Amino acid sequence: MRCAVIVFPGTSGDIDCYHVLKEILGQPTEYVFHKDKFSPEDFDLIVIPGGSAHGDYLRPGAIAKHSEVMRSILKAADAGKLILGIGNGFQILLESGLLPGAVIRNNDLKFHCKDIFLKVEHNNTPFTKLYKKAEVIKMPIAHGVGNYFADSNTLATLKDRGNIIFTYCNADGKVTEDANPNGSVENIAGIINEKGNIMGLMPHPERCCEKILGNTDGIRLFESILQHIEGGIK
Amino acid sequence: MLTAKVNVSLKTGVVDPQAGAIKSALINLGFKDVQSVSVSKLIEIKLDSDSKGKARKDAEEMCEKLLANTVIENYKIEITED
Repeated sequence: MRCAVIVFPGTSGDIDCYHVLKEILGQPTEYVFHKDKFSPEDFDLIVIPGGSAHGDYLRPGAIAKHSEVMRSILKAADAGKLILGIGNGFQILLESGLLPGAVIRNNDLKFHCKDIFLKVEHNNTPFTKLYKKAEVIKMPIAHGVGNYFADSNTLATLKDRGNIIFTYCNADGKVTEDANPNGSVENIAGIINEKGNIMGLMPHPERCCEKILGNTDGIRLFESILQHIEGGIK
Repeated sequence: MLTAKVNVSLKTGVVDPQAGAIKSALINLGFKDVQSVSVSKLIEIKLDSDSKGKARKDAEEMCEKLLANTVIENYKIEITED
C-alpha cells in the first residue's frame, strides 16, 4: 500500500501518521508538500493529518483548500483513491466540498484535548472493516473547532446512506448529549462520502496505535485500509 | 481606488457559541436589555479599480471561493469609493 502524508505549513500530525504507516504497518510512505503535485496512480492512500494548516486563518481549511496539492487530491478522489482526513484534515475535506457539512467552534468555546469514546456506527467501509459494528472504542481528540454542522437535508442524507461512521458516546456506547465534547449535531465525530472512498474524523486514530501509548484502538483503522488495499495484513 | 467591505456572518440556524458567550457576559455586566447578539467578520479589501460593477463581481467571487463558507455563512458586500 503506497501512502502519502500531506504536509501544509502548520500541519502537526504528519510525523505521527508517517510513523504509523511506515514504521508500524511497514508500508511505503512519503510526505507530500502542499506545493507538490502527484498523479492518482502514485498512491493508494492519501492521509491529510491534523494541525493548523496555514494557521487556520480565516477558517480552518479555508486557505489549504486552494493549495496546489489539493488539485492532485481532487483528481485522486475522482479516481476512487482512499483519502483520510484527521482533525484539521477533516476540516480541509469539508472546506473542499469532498465531504458534506462544516465544522464550527466547539459549543463551550474550549479547546478539548482528552480521550473520548466513539461508537463505530458502520463497519462496512474500507476504513472501519476491522471494527465490530456498534463497537465502543477510545480515541484522543484535540480541537477547538470540531462542532460538526450540516443542514437537515444533508443530515437526513448522511443517515439514510449510512455515511455517519463515528459518533461520540459514553463508555457504555450510549450516544448521549453528555458524551458530546463539542456540540456536533447527532454527536457526529466522523463521516464518509457517498462513494465510500473519503473519510474524515475529528478524533486522532494515529495517536493511539501502540501499547506504549496506552491505547491501540486506532491501529485497526489503518489496518482496515491496508486489508482493503492489499487483501490481507502483512 | 474602491473598497469592498465584505461582511461574513453565520446563517440563521447555525448556533454561534461565541455570540452566546458575549450575550451572557453583557447580561452579567448589567445590560439587562440585551436580547440577542450576533458576531460577524468585516473584511475590507482595497481594489485598484474604477468600476464598481467589476469590484462587486470580483468581491462576490472572492466570497464564493475563499472568504465565506456558504454551508454555514452568509455574506454581504458593500462597494465604496475612497
